[in-house]
Amino acid sequence: MELKAIYYLIPSLIMFCCGLYGFITRKNMIAMLISLELMLNSVDMNFVIFNRFLFPGQMEGMMFTLFAIAIAAAETALAIAIIINVFRSVKNVDVRELNHMKF
Amino acid sequence: MESVGSIILYAIVTLAIVIFSVLAVTTRKILRAATYLLFTLFAAAVVYFMLDYQFLGAVQIAVYAGGIVVLFVFAILLTSHPGNNSEPLASKRRVLGLIASLAMLGITGYSLLTRCNLFAGKPEMEALDMQKVGEAMMGTGAGQYLLPFEAVSVLLLACIIGGIVVARKR
Amino acid sequence: MSPTIPILILAIPLFMFIFLGLCGKKMSHLLAGVLGTLGMGTVLVLAYYTAFTYFFSGSEMFISEAGERLQYVVFNQTWLQFTHSLVISLGFFLDPISAMMLVVITTISFMVHLYSLGYMRDHHGVFEKGFQRFYAFLSLFSFSMLGLVVATNIFQMYIFWELVGASSYLLIGFYYTKHSAVSASKKAFIVTRFADLGFLIGILVLSYYTGTFDFTNLTSVPVEGIANTYHVDLSTPTAVLGVFQSSAAPMFMGASVLTWALVLIFMGGMGKSAMMPLHIWLPDAMEGPTPVSALIHAATMVVAGVYLVARLFPLYLMETSALEIITVVGALTAFYAAMVACAQIDIKRVLAFSTISQIAFMMVSLGVARPEYHEGLGYMASMFHLFTHAMFKALLFLGAGALIHAIGSNDYTEMHGLRKYMPITHWTFLIGCLAIAGIIPFSGFFSKDEILSAAVNYGVWVYVWMSLVAGLTAFYMFRLYYLIFWWKEHKVREGHHAPHDQPWTMSLPLIILAAVSCVAGFIPFGEFVSWNGEPYDFMAHFDWNVATVSLIVAVLSILLATLMYRKENPLPAKFKNAVPALWDWCHHRFYWDELYMFITHKIIFNGICRPLAWFDRHIIDGTMDSFAYLTNKASGAVRPLQSGQVQMYVWIYVIGALLLGGITVLCLI
Repeated sequence: MELKAIYYLIPSLIMFCCGLYGFITRKNMIAMLISLELMLNSVDMNFVIFNRFLFPGQMEGMMFTLFAIAIAAAETALAIAIIINVFRSVKNVDVRELNHMKF
Repeated sequence: MESVGSIILYAIVTLAIVIFSVLAVTTRKILRAATYLLFTLFAAAVVYFMLDYQFLGAVQIAVYAGGIVVLFVFAILLTSHPGNNSEPLASKRRVLGLIASLAMLGITGYSLLTRCNLFAGKPEMEALDMQKVGEAMMGTGAGQYLLPFEAVSVLLLACIIGGIVVARKR
Repeated sequence: MSPTIPILILAIPLFMFIFLGLCGKKMSHLLAGVLGTLGMGTVLVLAYYTAFTYFFSGSEMFISEAGERLQYVVFNQTWLQFTHSLVISLGFFLDPISAMMLVVITTISFMVHLYSLGYMRDHHGVFEKGFQRFYAFLSLFSFSMLGLVVATNIFQMYIFWELVGASSYLLIGFYYTKHSAVSASKKAFIVTRFADLGFLIGILVLSYYTGTFDFTNLTSVPVEGIANTYHVDLSTPTAVLGVFQSSAAPMFMGASVLTWALVLIFMGGMGKSAMMPLHIWLPDAMEGPTPVSALIHAATMVVAGVYLVARLFPLYLMETSALEIITVVGALTAFYAAMVACAQIDIKRVLAFSTISQIAFMMVSLGVARPEYHEGLGYMASMFHLFTHAMFKALLFLGAGALIHAIGSNDYTEMHGLRKYMPITHWTFLIGCLAIAGIIPFSGFFSKDEILSAAVNYGVWVYVWMSLVAGLTAFYMFRLYYLIFWWKEHKVREGHHAPHDQPWTMSLPLIILAAVSCVAGFIPFGEFVSWNGEPYDFMAHFDWNVATVSLIVAVLSILLATLMYRKENPLPAKFKNAVPALWDWCHHRFYWDELYMFITHKIIFNGICRPLAWFDRHIIDGTMDSFAYLTNKASGAVRPLQSGQVQMYVWIYVIGALLLGGITVLCLI
């Protein structure tokens, strides 16, 4: 048996769909952020998989993933800072309560 | 042909990814969700190792598992009381989420399976030593990434400052 | 002649207006008043200098070798240039009548400035509220009126015409807390504005056919060899006016376009000069402070209509039917106003109707001026009467102001027998009455007599009619005089001081104006002002028969008034009871105001405005409202989509992306 590219892509796709489901359904903002990380990670995996199977001699995909991880770290840090700040002012992290962008 | 060991490893990793992903988005306890995320990230790191990107796997473990998840845990502890279950989801919203994610799975999976020629085996690749990675990151020639590297470093700095500014007490 | 002094004549009052208007609140009342008076005094000196230079310097710019007075454009600056030919200029125009008006306006204005220093304060010397504003408005008025008389073109005249209207509005409504003053100012503004609509249309018609606004093009021809100098052209129409003389002259509704234009322009004059039927604003305008009535509503602004007709007189001569209309309107107004003046109680109202009547005299005089009758005696007489009337009517108004100031009421019933208490006012008022009644040697005798001479040449019926009006004038003025100063002893009311003469700031203008009224008749006015600039020896045209008759009429009228009103007696009441209808009609001003109220409220408001308002509110607004309603509803329906829930946005985005992806996949199969 040979491990083909598709064998790696399918788990990654499932991970992405889980992330999407979580992002839409979760109420807690931190849980939404966790879902977001799942989606991001699945995309990172795709980069690496395509790089490895289609262009083994190069490392564009890998570098892209490296930078994506760095940016994800930055984004998470900032998002958590914002969430903490919101929590401090409204004592809540339920996204349904935070609809002042409405209308 | 792959060795039996790597096939077993693949099976374990794939199973871990699927199970922990699903658990991470369905569990009621937020701290557990973070833990399942950590496991998923570990599994992803194993995938990187299996694909011969040792450096990337190390970075994944160090930054994601070691950094981001710790941030999550802190944030969770700051914003919610441990053991506090979130309320049950409204079924309407769950249906919407299921529709979106299943449609995503169906359409993307269908096109992956039918339209893409992705059934080749893993081609041989010479080992990626650290020197090559380091040169790619620090060089200025073609296929080298000094400028993005510096940009990311500035971004991280800005992010640190921004995080402090946003989160500090007034 | 350098333009510096003319510019200063206009600039100083304008500057005083802006300065007092902006900084008046910051300075004391007295300082503001003194500054305004000093500014006006400066203008007075400059205007006298200008007029003196014009009349007496003998420069070739001002008088030709044959002794004909010329018109001189001191400066003429392009102000608005719409097209090549449609140019509006602002300038300074010197000719006999504008120089004469400069003298009149600055004299009266200065007197009023001085007088107001005393008038606009109460008996304890406390200045009235808004004293500085009063002086600012006076300066604005002086500026506008001076700009009007020195206009080089009819459009400049129109601009300043509106400015005097605006400053008149501001001054009538000076006591803006008083309801009657506010409605009087609105009435004056609206009625004169309505007349000015005709004026504007007339200007546009005239300038459309002639292609020019300039008086120098319309009425004069240039003097060869001397820049900026013109002489009046009466005999042959100038080139620009040829269009009206050609056989293809445009006609409209049976009259030539020139007639229409001139009648419409005269309509503007009717509004400003309070000719029937647009006279209704002037009696109400007496709600303003009395010095304002003296300045604006007796001496200067209200004669602007006469001035306008005189300014365009060569045009009117081309179309004598317009002059006939002027004559008829003037004659009717003169009689009407004189009748009404006989039955008023408010002394300012009497003077207001007297003003209307006297202005109508000037109009009639212009209307009967023809080359064939004493070479335009009427024109000269009209200008002369304008001059003398300004002096003695301002005197009468200022005298009335002194009485009102002392008594605190406008009604003669509160006065009676004041001659012993206020001798200066008494004597100056008597001089004013004698002047307006036309008793030799006071100024009114000469000017009125010339008007009657002009009228007798035009037609006997005009002469008889105007003589009747002159008799009425003498009667009602002496009725007023006797009722104020004689009739019975004055009763000093409890708690009041006995009325006494006014401070010198008020007495001095009275004395000066009285002196002028005594001697102005002896000015050889024809030497200075005539319709074509040539000196006019009016003694050669003086008709002693007419003079004698009018003198007899005046004396008889005065005797009648003496008989009826000198001592308290039942004659007036008997007369009133004998013809109650006449008294009622006169007292209620022949119900003109009621007629206007009927027309505006019952006919125009109900018949036109209500339906229009309904249409506006229900049809036009309704259409717009329904658009707004639909938009509102639509946005209300769409609004919930913007729920503020990021997750829903993401869901919609994902579904959209998936649809696109699905379509792509299907198409690629």
